[in-house]
Amino acid sequence: MRNVLCQSLLSHAENPNLVFLTGDLGFQALEPLRDAMGRRFINAGVAEQNMVSVAAGLARTNMRPWVYSIAPFLYARPYEQIRNDVCMHGLPVTMVGNGGGYAYGVMGGTHHALEDYGALLCLSGLRAYIPAFAADVPPTIDQLMTSDRPAYLRLGRCELPKPALAPAYAPWRRLMAGGGPTILVVGPLVGGLWTALESMPDDCRPSLWILTELPIDESIIPTAFLDDLRASTHLFVIEEHVVQGGAGQMLALALASIGKMPSRFTHRCARGYPSGRYGSQSFHRKECGLDAESILSELGGLG
Amino acid sequence: MISDVSNSTSGQSELELPCRIRNARIRLLRMHYESGIGHIGGNLSCLDLLMTLHHEVLQHEDTFVLSKGHAAGALYVTLWSRGKIGEDQLGSFHKDDTTLSGHPAPNRLPEIPFATGSLGHGLSLSVGIALGKAIQGLPGRVFCLMSDGEWQEGSNWEALIFAAHQQIAPLTILVDANGLQGFGSTGQVAGMEPLADRLCGFGVPVEEIDGHDPIAIRTACGHSASGTRIIIARTRKGCGVSFMENRMEWHYLPMTEEQYRQAVREVSDE
Repeated sequence: MRNVLCQSLLSHAENPNLVFLTGDLGFQALEPLRDAMGRRFINAGVAEQNMVSVAAGLARTNMRPWVYSIAPFLYARPYEQIRNDVCMHGLPVTMVGNGGGYAYGVMGGTHHALEDYGALLCLSGLRAYIPAFAADVPPTIDQLMTSDRPAYLRLGRCELPKPALAPAYAPWRRLMAGGGPTILVVGPLVGGLWTALESMPDDCRPSLWILTELPIDESIIPTAFLDDLRASTHLFVIEEHVVQGGAGQMLALALASIGKMPSRFTHRCARGYPSGRYGSQSFHRKECGLDAESILSELGGLG
Repeated sequence: MISDVSNSTSGQSELELPCRIRNARIRLLRMHYESGIGHIGGNLSCLDLLMTLHHEVLQHEDTFVLSKGHAAGALYVTLWSRGKIGEDQLGSFHKDDTTLSGHPAPNRLPEIPFATGSLGHGLSLSVGIALGKAIQGLPGRVFCLMSDGEWQEGSNWEALIFAAHQQIAPLTILVDANGLQGFGSTGQVAGMEPLADRLCGFGVPVEEIDGHDPIAIRTACGHSASGTRIIIARTRKGCGVSFMENRMEWHYLPMTEEQYRQAVREVSDE
Protein backbone atom coordinates (compact mmCIF):
# COMPACT_ATOMS: atom_id res chain seq x y z
CA MET A 1 0.00 0.00 0.00
CA ARG A 2 3.03 2.32 0.30
CA ASN A 3 3.16 2.96 -3.41
CA VAL A 4 -0.55 3.74 -3.51
CA LEU A 5 -0.01 6.09 -0.58
CA CYS A 6 2.72 7.85 -2.50
CA GLN A 7 0.64 8.14 -5.66
CA SER A 8 -2.37 9.41 -3.74
CA LEU A 9 -0.36 12.01 -1.86
CA LEU A 10 1.18 13.12 -5.14
CA SER A 11 -2.24 14.30 -6.21
CA HIS A 12 -2.20 16.63 -3.20
CA ALA A 13 1.44 17.64 -3.50
CA GLU A 14 0.59 21.10 -4.79
CA ASN A 15 -1.32 21.89 -1.60
CA PRO A 16 0.98 24.48 0.03
CA ASN A 17 -0.16 23.46 3.50
CA LEU A 18 0.79 19.81 3.08
CA VAL A 19 4.09 18.88 4.72
CA PHE A 20 5.40 15.32 4.88
CA LEU A 21 7.91 14.11 7.47
CA THR A 22 9.55 10.71 7.36
CA GLY A 23 11.68 9.04 10.00
CA ASP A 24 14.33 8.15 7.43
CA LEU A 25 12.12 5.57 5.72
CA GLY A 26 10.55 5.30 2.29
CA PHE A 27 13.37 3.98 0.08
CA GLN A 28 12.03 2.84 -3.30
CA ALA A 29 8.59 4.10 -2.43
CA LEU A 30 8.47 7.78 -1.50
CA GLU A 31 11.02 9.23 -3.92
CA PRO A 32 8.36 10.65 -6.28
CA LEU A 33 6.70 12.43 -3.38
CA ARG A 34 10.07 13.77 -2.19
CA ASP A 35 10.81 15.10 -5.65
CA ALA A 36 7.38 16.68 -6.05
CA MET A 37 7.14 18.34 -2.65
CA GLY A 38 10.62 19.80 -2.40
CA ARG A 39 11.01 21.79 0.81
CA ARG A 40 7.79 20.38 2.22
CA PHE A 41 9.15 16.81 2.20
CA ILE A 42 11.40 16.48 5.23
CA ASN A 43 13.52 13.55 6.25
CA ALA A 44 13.46 14.14 9.99
CA GLY A 45 16.03 11.44 10.61
CA VAL A 46 15.98 8.62 13.12
CA ALA A 47 14.33 10.74 15.80
CA GLU A 48 10.64 9.94 16.08
CA GLN A 49 9.96 11.89 19.26
CA ASN A 50 11.22 15.09 17.69
CA MET A 51 9.46 14.34 14.42
CA VAL A 52 6.02 14.08 16.03
CA SER A 53 6.45 17.23 18.12
CA VAL A 54 7.78 19.15 15.13
CA ALA A 55 4.64 18.04 13.28
CA ALA A 56 2.53 19.45 16.11
CA GLY A 57 4.44 22.74 15.85
CA LEU A 58 3.90 22.80 12.09
CA ALA A 59 0.19 22.23 12.62
CA ARG A 60 0.16 25.24 14.96
CA THR A 61 1.23 27.34 11.98
CA ASN A 62 -1.80 26.03 10.05
CA MET A 63 0.14 23.48 8.05
CA ARG A 64 -1.16 19.94 7.53
CA PRO A 65 1.62 17.56 8.58
CA TRP A 66 1.84 13.88 7.69
CA VAL A 67 4.32 11.79 9.64
CA TYR A 68 5.60 8.47 8.33
CA SER A 69 7.53 5.56 9.77
CA ILE A 70 7.37 1.83 10.33
CA ALA A 71 4.26 1.43 12.49
CA PRO A 72 5.82 0.48 15.85
CA PHE A 73 8.42 3.24 15.61
CA LEU A 74 5.65 5.73 15.05
CA TYR A 75 3.19 4.96 17.83
CA ALA A 76 5.28 3.41 20.61
CA ARG A 77 8.47 5.45 20.84
CA PRO A 78 6.81 8.90 20.60
CA TYR A 79 3.59 7.97 22.41
CA GLU A 80 3.84 10.88 24.85
CA GLN A 81 4.47 13.31 22.01
CA ILE A 82 1.35 12.01 20.24
CA ARG A 83 -0.62 12.25 23.49
CA ASN A 84 0.51 15.65 24.75
CA ASP A 85 1.49 17.59 21.66
CA VAL A 86 -0.91 16.30 19.02
CA CYS A 87 -4.00 14.84 20.68
CA MET A 88 -4.36 17.08 23.73
CA HIS A 89 -4.43 20.02 21.33
CA GLY A 90 -6.61 18.29 18.74
CA LEU A 91 -4.18 19.09 15.94
CA PRO A 92 -4.69 17.69 12.43
CA VAL A 93 -1.56 15.56 12.29
CA THR A 94 -1.82 12.32 10.31
CA MET A 95 0.48 9.54 11.43
CA VAL A 96 1.13 6.85 8.84
CA GLY A 97 2.39 3.56 10.24
CA ASN A 98 3.62 1.14 7.63
CA GLY A 99 3.42 -2.57 8.38
CA GLY A 100 0.46 -3.11 10.67
CA GLY A 101 0.25 -6.35 12.63
CA TYR A 102 2.85 -8.96 11.67
CA ALA A 103 3.50 -7.41 8.25
CA TYR A 104 7.25 -7.14 8.81
CA GLY A 105 7.30 -10.89 9.43
CA VAL A 106 10.65 -12.42 10.17
CA MET A 107 12.20 -9.00 10.73
CA GLY A 108 11.12 -9.69 14.30
CA GLY A 109 8.94 -8.49 17.09
CA THR A 110 10.46 -5.01 17.31
CA HIS A 111 9.03 -4.34 13.86
CA HIS A 112 5.53 -5.67 14.52
CA ALA A 113 2.60 -3.44 15.43
CA LEU A 114 0.23 -5.60 17.44
CA GLU A 115 -1.23 -3.01 19.79
CA ASP A 116 -1.02 0.15 17.71
CA TYR A 117 -4.59 1.26 17.21
CA GLY A 118 -5.66 0.06 20.63
CA ALA A 119 -2.97 2.16 22.29
CA LEU A 120 -3.61 5.19 20.11
CA LEU A 121 -7.39 5.11 20.40
CA CYS A 122 -7.01 5.70 24.13
CA LEU A 123 -5.98 9.23 23.17
CA SER A 124 -8.35 12.11 22.89
CA GLY A 125 -9.97 12.71 19.50
CA LEU A 126 -7.77 10.37 17.47
CA ARG A 127 -9.33 8.28 14.70
CA ALA A 128 -7.66 5.20 13.22
CA TYR A 129 -7.92 4.10 9.57
CA ILE A 130 -7.03 0.56 8.57
CA PRO A 131 -7.47 0.17 4.79
CA ALA A 132 -8.29 -3.39 3.80
CA PHE A 133 -7.43 -3.03 0.11
CA ALA A 134 -5.07 -0.84 -1.88
CA ALA A 135 -8.13 0.77 -3.44
CA ASP A 136 -9.17 1.98 0.02
CA VAL A 137 -6.07 4.16 0.35
CA PRO A 138 -6.92 7.03 -2.06
CA PRO A 139 -10.39 7.75 -0.64
CA THR A 140 -8.98 7.48 2.86
CA ILE A 141 -6.30 10.02 2.03
CA ASP A 142 -8.85 12.35 0.45
CA GLN A 143 -10.87 12.13 3.64
CA LEU A 144 -7.83 12.77 5.85
CA MET A 145 -6.88 15.83 3.83
CA THR A 146 -9.99 17.59 5.03
CA SER A 147 -10.04 16.17 8.55
CA ASP A 148 -9.37 18.56 11.42
CA ARG A 149 -8.38 15.96 13.98
CA PRO A 150 -5.47 13.63 14.77
CA ALA A 151 -5.41 10.46 12.72
CA TYR A 152 -3.51 7.20 12.50
CA LEU A 153 -3.31 5.39 9.16
CA ARG A 154 -2.24 1.74 9.47
CA LEU A 155 -0.90 0.39 6.20
CA GLY A 156 -0.43 -3.24 5.28
CA ARG A 157 -0.09 -5.31 2.14
CA CYS A 158 -3.12 -5.57 -0.12
CA GLU A 159 -4.20 -9.22 -0.16
CA LEU A 160 -7.18 -8.86 -2.43
CA PRO A 161 -7.34 -11.82 -4.85
CA LYS A 162 -6.72 -10.63 -8.40
CA PRO A 163 -10.11 -11.50 -9.93
CA ALA A 164 -12.11 -9.80 -7.27
CA LEU A 165 -12.73 -6.11 -7.08
CA ALA A 166 -12.78 -4.16 -3.86
CA PRO A 167 -16.19 -2.67 -3.27
CA ALA A 168 -16.36 1.13 -3.12
CA TYR A 169 -14.89 2.51 0.06
CA ALA A 170 -17.00 2.79 3.17
CA PRO A 171 -16.02 2.27 6.82
CA TRP A 172 -18.38 -0.73 7.03
CA ARG A 173 -18.80 -3.00 4.00
CA ARG A 174 -20.41 -6.36 3.50
CA LEU A 175 -18.22 -8.38 1.15
CA MET A 176 -20.29 -11.53 1.10
CA ALA A 177 -23.76 -12.58 2.26
CA GLY A 178 -24.44 -15.96 3.81
CA GLY A 179 -26.53 -17.92 6.23
CA GLY A 180 -23.73 -18.72 8.70
CA PRO A 181 -22.11 -16.59 11.40
CA THR A 182 -21.49 -12.89 10.95
CA ILE A 183 -17.77 -12.31 10.50
CA LEU A 184 -16.22 -8.88 10.93
CA VAL A 185 -12.58 -8.47 9.87
CA VAL A 186 -10.23 -5.55 10.45
CA GLY A 187 -7.41 -5.05 7.99
CA PRO A 188 -5.97 -6.64 4.85
CA LEU A 189 -6.12 -10.22 6.10
CA VAL A 190 -9.72 -10.21 4.89
CA GLY A 191 -8.41 -10.67 1.32
CA GLY A 192 -7.31 -14.28 1.70
CA LEU A 193 -10.20 -15.13 3.96
CA TRP A 194 -12.73 -13.83 1.46
CA THR A 195 -11.52 -16.27 -1.20
CA ALA A 196 -11.54 -19.20 1.19
CA LEU A 197 -15.03 -18.51 2.52
CA GLU A 198 -16.55 -18.25 -0.94
CA SER A 199 -16.07 -21.97 -1.41
CA MET A 200 -18.33 -22.78 1.53
CA PRO A 201 -21.92 -24.01 0.95
CA ASP A 202 -24.51 -21.24 0.95
CA ASP A 203 -26.33 -22.38 4.08
CA CYS A 204 -23.28 -22.32 6.35
CA ARG A 205 -21.24 -19.64 4.56
CA PRO A 206 -20.84 -16.63 6.83
CA SER A 207 -21.76 -13.09 6.00
CA LEU A 208 -18.43 -11.31 5.75
CA TRP A 209 -17.93 -7.70 6.77
CA ILE A 210 -14.92 -5.44 6.73
CA LEU A 211 -14.39 -2.52 9.11
CA THR A 212 -11.77 0.11 8.28
CA GLU A 213 -12.28 2.97 10.74
CA LEU A 214 -12.06 3.01 14.51
CA PRO A 215 -13.27 3.72 17.17
CA ILE A 216 -16.69 2.19 16.74
CA ASP A 217 -19.59 4.55 17.17
CA GLU A 218 -22.64 2.47 18.02
CA SER A 219 -24.88 5.06 16.38
CA ILE A 220 -23.44 4.36 12.93
CA ILE A 221 -23.29 0.57 12.94
CA PRO A 222 -25.13 -0.31 9.71
CA THR A 223 -28.62 -1.69 10.01
CA ALA A 224 -27.69 -4.44 7.55
CA PHE A 225 -24.90 -5.58 9.89
CA LEU A 226 -27.30 -5.67 12.83
CA ASP A 227 -29.79 -7.61 10.69
CA ASP A 228 -27.09 -10.16 9.80
CA LEU A 229 -26.17 -10.44 13.45
CA ARG A 230 -29.75 -10.98 14.53
CA ALA A 231 -30.23 -13.69 11.90
CA SER A 232 -27.01 -15.53 12.67
CA THR A 233 -26.88 -15.01 16.47
CA HIS A 234 -23.12 -15.49 16.22
CA LEU A 235 -20.52 -12.74 15.89
CA PHE A 236 -16.97 -13.64 14.88
CA VAL A 237 -14.39 -10.82 14.98
CA ILE A 238 -10.96 -11.28 13.39
CA GLU A 239 -8.13 -8.77 13.68
CA GLU A 240 -4.33 -8.71 13.56
CA HIS A 241 -4.13 -6.85 16.87
CA VAL A 242 -4.01 -7.95 20.49
CA VAL A 243 -7.28 -8.46 22.32
CA GLN A 244 -6.77 -5.45 24.59
CA GLY A 245 -8.08 -2.32 22.93
CA GLY A 246 -8.98 -4.18 19.77
CA ALA A 247 -12.04 -3.96 17.56
CA GLY A 248 -13.47 -7.07 19.25
CA GLN A 249 -13.65 -5.35 22.61
CA MET A 250 -14.95 -2.15 21.07
CA LEU A 251 -17.68 -3.88 19.10
CA ALA A 252 -18.76 -6.04 22.04
CA LEU A 253 -19.14 -2.93 24.20
CA ALA A 254 -20.97 -1.06 21.47
CA LEU A 255 -23.41 -3.91 20.86
CA ALA A 256 -23.97 -4.48 24.56
CA SER A 257 -24.68 -0.76 24.96
CA ILE A 258 -27.52 -0.90 22.45
CA GLY A 259 -28.82 -4.31 23.52
CA LYS A 260 -27.74 -6.06 20.32
CA MET A 261 -25.05 -8.41 21.61
CA PRO A 262 -25.58 -11.84 20.05
CA SER A 263 -25.63 -15.01 22.11
CA ARG A 264 -22.31 -16.26 20.66
CA PHE A 265 -19.11 -14.28 20.31
CA THR A 266 -15.81 -15.53 18.91
CA HIS A 267 -12.66 -13.43 18.71
CA ARG A 268 -9.47 -14.28 16.82
CA CYS A 269 -6.61 -11.86 17.33
CA ALA A 270 -2.83 -11.48 17.55
CA ARG A 271 -1.41 -13.44 20.46
CA GLY A 272 2.22 -12.42 20.31
CA TYR A 273 4.69 -15.26 19.77
CA PRO A 274 3.22 -18.47 21.21
CA SER A 275 6.08 -20.72 20.07
CA GLY A 276 8.84 -18.18 20.66
CA ARG A 277 9.84 -18.54 17.03
CA TYR A 278 9.71 -16.07 14.18
CA GLY A 279 8.71 -16.23 10.56
CA SER A 280 6.69 -14.62 7.82
CA GLN A 281 3.43 -12.78 8.39
CA SER A 282 1.66 -15.97 7.32
CA PHE A 283 3.63 -17.96 9.91
CA HIS A 284 2.58 -15.65 12.73
CA ARG A 285 -1.02 -15.54 11.58
CA LYS A 286 -1.14 -19.34 11.57
CA GLU A 287 0.29 -19.45 15.08
CA CYS A 288 -2.55 -17.18 16.20
CA GLY A 289 -5.26 -18.95 14.26
CA LEU A 290 -5.70 -15.95 11.98
CA ASP A 291 -5.07 -17.81 8.72
CA ALA A 292 -7.90 -18.86 6.45
CA GLU A 293 -7.42 -22.57 7.16
CA SER A 294 -7.75 -22.07 10.90
CA ILE A 295 -10.81 -19.88 10.47
CA LEU A 296 -12.47 -22.42 8.20
CA SER A 297 -11.69 -25.13 10.72
CA GLU A 298 -13.24 -23.04 13.46
CA LEU A 299 -16.33 -22.45 11.37
CA GLY A 300 -16.62 -26.16 10.56
CA GLY A 301 -16.28 -27.04 14.19
CA LEU A 302 -19.00 -24.61 15.11
CA GLY A 303 -21.42 -26.47 12.89
CA MET B 1 -3.66 39.33 53.03
CA ILE B 2 -0.54 41.34 53.62
CA SER B 3 0.22 42.34 50.10
CA ASP B 4 -2.09 43.34 47.32
CA VAL B 5 -0.34 44.33 44.14
CA SER B 6 -3.00 45.12 41.61
CA ASN B 7 -2.42 45.21 37.93
CA SER B 8 -3.94 48.40 36.76
CA THR B 9 -2.74 48.10 33.20
CA SER B 10 -2.74 51.82 32.74
CA GLY B 11 -0.71 52.24 35.90
CA GLN B 12 1.65 49.41 34.99
CA SER B 13 2.31 50.87 31.58
CA GLU B 14 3.99 53.82 33.21
CA LEU B 15 6.21 51.70 35.40
CA GLU B 16 9.82 50.88 34.66
CA LEU B 17 10.60 47.23 34.07
CA PRO B 18 12.37 46.63 37.42
CA CYS B 19 9.29 47.93 39.22
CA ARG B 20 7.01 45.73 37.13
CA ILE B 21 9.19 42.73 37.87
CA ARG B 22 9.08 43.44 41.60
CA ASN B 23 5.28 43.68 41.49
CA ALA B 24 5.06 40.47 39.50
CA ARG B 25 7.36 38.71 41.98
CA ILE B 26 5.17 39.77 44.88
CA ARG B 27 2.03 38.65 43.03
CA LEU B 28 3.66 35.35 42.14
CA LEU B 29 4.44 34.70 45.79
CA ARG B 30 0.82 35.42 46.67
CA MET B 31 -0.44 33.05 43.96
CA HIS B 32 1.66 30.21 45.25
CA TYR B 33 0.92 30.95 48.91
CA GLU B 34 -2.84 31.13 48.39
CA SER B 35 -2.78 27.94 46.34
CA GLY B 36 -0.56 26.13 48.83
CA ILE B 37 1.62 24.74 46.09
CA GLY B 38 5.32 24.40 45.47
CA HIS B 39 7.49 24.98 42.41
CA ILE B 40 8.02 28.55 43.57
CA GLY B 41 11.83 28.24 43.35
CA GLY B 42 11.92 27.51 39.63
CA ASN B 43 9.28 30.16 38.97
CA LEU B 44 11.29 32.84 40.73
CA SER B 45 14.45 31.86 38.87
CA CYS B 46 12.93 32.58 35.46
CA LEU B 47 10.67 35.53 36.24
CA ASP B 48 13.20 38.15 35.12
CA LEU B 49 13.60 36.28 31.85
CA LEU B 50 9.86 36.02 31.23
CA MET B 51 9.09 39.61 32.20
CA THR B 52 11.88 41.11 30.12
CA LEU B 53 11.03 38.93 27.16
CA HIS B 54 7.31 39.69 27.21
CA HIS B 55 7.58 43.38 28.03
CA GLU B 56 10.56 44.37 25.93
CA VAL B 57 11.41 41.76 23.31
CA LEU B 58 8.42 39.88 21.93
CA GLN B 59 6.59 41.41 18.99
CA HIS B 60 3.10 40.54 17.79
CA GLU B 61 4.32 38.02 15.20
CA ASP B 62 6.73 36.28 17.58
CA THR B 63 5.89 33.05 19.40
CA PHE B 64 6.90 32.02 22.90
CA VAL B 65 6.90 28.42 24.16
CA LEU B 66 7.36 27.60 27.84
CA SER B 67 9.07 24.25 27.85
CA LYS B 68 9.58 24.20 31.61
CA GLY B 69 5.85 23.98 32.22
CA HIS B 70 6.29 23.94 36.00
CA ALA B 71 6.99 27.67 35.70
CA ALA B 72 3.39 28.23 34.65
CA GLY B 73 2.80 30.62 37.55
CA ALA B 74 5.63 32.87 36.40
CA LEU B 75 4.22 32.88 32.88
CA TYR B 76 0.69 33.61 34.08
CA VAL B 77 1.82 36.51 36.24
CA THR B 78 3.86 37.85 33.33
CA LEU B 79 0.79 37.73 31.07
CA TRP B 80 -1.19 39.42 33.87
CA SER B 81 1.46 42.10 33.99
CA ARG B 82 1.02 42.54 30.24
CA GLY B 83 -2.76 42.82 30.62
CA LYS B 84 -3.40 39.50 28.86
CA ILE B 85 -4.82 37.80 31.96
CA GLY B 86 -7.33 39.50 34.25
CA GLU B 87 -7.21 39.74 38.02
CA ASP B 88 -10.10 37.32 38.50
CA GLN B 89 -8.58 34.77 36.18
CA LEU B 90 -5.21 35.03 37.86
CA GLY B 91 -6.92 34.63 41.23
CA SER B 92 -8.24 31.25 40.10
CA PHE B 93 -4.70 29.90 39.65
CA HIS B 94 -4.40 26.27 40.72
CA LYS B 95 -7.96 26.20 42.09
CA ASP B 96 -11.04 24.20 41.07
CA ASP B 97 -12.67 25.29 37.82
CA THR B 98 -9.63 27.27 36.67
CA THR B 99 -8.11 27.64 33.22
CA LEU B 100 -4.76 28.32 34.90
CA SER B 101 -3.68 24.87 36.03
CA GLY B 102 -0.36 24.13 37.66
CA HIS B 103 1.09 23.42 34.23
CA PRO B 104 -0.29 25.22 31.17
CA ALA B 105 -3.46 23.71 29.74
CA PRO B 106 -4.05 23.20 26.01
CA ASN B 107 -5.95 25.68 23.86
CA ARG B 108 -6.81 28.17 26.61
CA LEU B 109 -4.72 31.28 25.91
CA PRO B 110 -3.43 32.51 22.54
CA GLU B 111 -0.16 33.45 24.22
CA ILE B 112 0.38 29.82 25.30
CA PRO B 113 0.45 27.72 22.11
CA PHE B 114 1.14 24.42 23.83
CA ALA B 115 0.36 22.64 27.06
CA THR B 116 3.64 21.68 28.66
CA GLY B 117 4.69 20.06 31.89
CA SER B 118 6.35 16.88 30.77
CA LEU B 119 9.87 18.05 30.10
CA GLY B 120 11.53 17.64 26.73
CA HIS B 121 8.65 18.70 24.49
CA GLY B 122 8.91 22.48 24.16
CA LEU B 123 12.03 22.62 22.05
CA SER B 124 10.72 20.30 19.33
CA LEU B 125 7.41 22.17 19.32
CA SER B 126 9.28 25.46 18.95
CA VAL B 127 11.35 24.04 16.11
CA GLY B 128 8.13 22.93 14.40
CA ILE B 129 6.68 26.43 14.65
CA ALA B 130 9.94 27.95 13.37
CA LEU B 131 9.97 25.47 10.49
CA GLY B 132 6.36 26.27 9.63
CA LYS B 133 7.15 29.99 9.58
CA ALA B 134 10.15 29.41 7.33
CA ILE B 135 8.31 27.15 4.85
CA GLN B 136 5.39 29.54 4.56
CA GLY B 137 7.46 32.72 4.63
CA LEU B 138 5.68 33.95 7.74
CA PRO B 139 7.23 36.72 9.83
CA GLY B 140 8.30 36.37 13.42
CA ARG B 141 10.75 34.72 15.69
CA VAL B 142 10.35 31.85 18.15
CA PHE B 143 11.56 31.85 21.74
CA CYS B 144 11.66 28.76 23.93
CA LEU B 145 12.37 28.78 27.67
CA MET B 146 13.81 25.56 29.04
CA SER B 147 15.25 24.46 32.35
CA ASP B 148 18.81 23.19 32.68
CA GLY B 149 17.83 19.82 34.14
CA GLU B 150 15.50 19.39 31.18
CA TRP B 151 18.51 18.75 28.97
CA GLN B 152 18.63 15.28 30.50
CA GLU B 153 15.65 14.45 28.25
CA GLY B 154 16.95 12.85 25.06
CA SER B 155 14.28 14.38 22.85
CA ASN B 156 15.99 17.78 23.25
CA TRP B 157 19.10 16.49 21.57
CA GLU B 158 17.01 15.17 18.70
CA ALA B 159 15.47 18.62 18.42
CA LEU B 160 18.80 20.42 18.54
CA ILE B 161 20.29 18.25 15.80
CA PHE B 162 17.20 18.87 13.66
CA ALA B 163 17.11 22.62 14.35
CA ALA B 164 20.77 23.06 13.48
CA HIS B 165 20.33 21.11 10.25
CA GLN B 166 17.11 22.66 8.93
CA GLN B 167 16.51 26.15 7.65
CA ILE B 168 14.06 27.56 10.15
CA ALA B 169 12.86 30.95 11.33
CA PRO B 170 14.97 32.59 14.04
CA LEU B 171 14.80 30.43 17.15
CA THR B 172 16.20 31.52 20.49
CA ILE B 173 16.54 28.83 23.14
CA LEU B 174 16.72 30.28 26.63
CA VAL B 175 18.05 27.98 29.33
CA ASP B 176 17.08 28.89 32.89
CA ALA B 177 20.28 27.52 34.39
CA ASN B 178 19.54 27.62 38.12
CA GLY B 179 21.64 24.53 38.78
CA LEU B 180 19.02 22.72 40.85
CA GLN B 181 16.46 20.13 39.93
CA GLY B 182 13.91 17.86 41.59
CA PHE B 183 16.11 15.71 43.80
CA GLY B 184 19.54 17.25 43.77
CA SER B 185 21.73 19.71 41.94
CA THR B 186 22.20 19.22 38.21
CA GLY B 187 25.86 18.56 38.95
CA GLN B 188 24.99 15.77 41.38
CA VAL B 189 22.29 14.19 39.24
CA ALA B 190 23.81 14.30 35.77
CA GLY B 191 26.54 16.87 35.39
CA MET B 192 26.52 18.61 32.04
CA GLU B 193 28.92 21.47 32.63
CA PRO B 194 30.40 23.14 30.81
CA LEU B 195 26.95 23.23 29.23
CA ALA B 196 27.90 25.92 26.74
CA ASP B 197 30.72 23.83 25.31
CA ARG B 198 28.47 20.82 24.94
CA LEU B 199 25.75 22.79 23.21
CA CYS B 200 28.28 24.53 20.96
CA GLY B 201 29.28 21.11 19.74
CA PHE B 202 25.97 20.90 17.90
CA GLY B 203 26.91 23.80 15.68
CA VAL B 204 24.75 26.50 17.21
CA PRO B 205 26.01 29.75 18.76
CA VAL B 206 25.79 29.84 22.54
CA GLU B 207 25.93 32.86 24.81
CA GLU B 208 25.93 33.06 28.61
CA ILE B 209 24.30 35.91 30.48
CA ASP B 210 23.14 36.90 33.96
CA GLY B 211 19.54 35.71 33.91
CA HIS B 212 18.49 38.31 36.46
CA ASP B 213 19.81 41.33 34.57
CA PRO B 214 17.03 42.77 32.36
CA ILE B 215 19.48 44.77 30.28
CA ALA B 216 21.58 41.69 29.55
CA ILE B 217 18.44 39.68 28.75
CA ARG B 218 17.06 42.35 26.47
CA THR B 219 20.36 42.78 24.67
CA ALA B 220 20.86 39.07 24.12
CA CYS B 221 17.26 38.30 23.11
CA GLY B 222 16.81 41.41 21.02
CA HIS B 223 19.55 40.34 18.68
CA SER B 224 17.96 39.67 15.30
CA ALA B 225 20.09 36.68 14.42
CA SER B 226 18.81 34.09 11.97
CA GLY B 227 18.71 30.36 12.62
CA THR B 228 19.03 28.75 16.01
CA ARG B 229 20.94 30.12 18.97
CA ILE B 230 21.11 29.36 22.66
CA ILE B 231 21.28 31.73 25.60
CA ILE B 232 22.29 30.14 28.86
CA ALA B 233 20.85 32.40 31.54
CA ARG B 234 22.62 31.86 34.84
CA THR B 235 19.98 32.21 37.52
CA ARG B 236 19.28 31.52 41.20
CA LYS B 237 16.46 29.25 42.18
CA GLY B 238 14.14 31.19 44.50
CA CYS B 239 15.64 34.49 43.35
CA GLY B 240 14.82 37.43 45.62
CA VAL B 241 13.95 35.43 48.74
CA SER B 242 16.90 34.76 51.02
CA PHE B 243 15.70 31.50 52.53
CA MET B 244 14.79 30.09 49.12
CA GLU B 245 17.75 31.10 47.01
CA ASN B 246 19.79 28.19 45.71
CA ARG B 247 17.95 25.70 47.90
CA MET B 248 16.64 22.60 46.18
CA GLU B 249 13.70 22.05 48.55
CA TRP B 250 11.95 25.10 47.09
CA HIS B 251 11.39 23.09 43.95
CA TYR B 252 8.55 21.53 45.94
CA LEU B 253 7.73 23.21 49.24
CA PRO B 254 4.69 25.39 49.81
CA MET B 255 5.15 28.47 51.99
CA THR B 256 3.89 28.85 55.54
CA GLU B 257 2.22 32.17 56.36
CA GLU B 258 5.34 33.32 58.17
CA GLN B 259 7.55 32.39 55.25
CA TYR B 260 5.22 34.12 52.83
CA ARG B 261 5.24 37.34 54.87
CA GLN B 262 9.03 37.30 55.07
CA ALA B 263 9.35 36.60 51.34
CA VAL B 264 7.10 39.53 50.44
CA ARG B 265 8.97 41.83 52.82
CA GLU B 266 12.28 40.91 51.23
CA VAL B 267 11.04 41.37 47.70
CA SER B 268 9.32 44.65 48.58
CA ASP B 269 12.53 45.99 50.08
CA GLU B 270 14.59 45.13 47.00
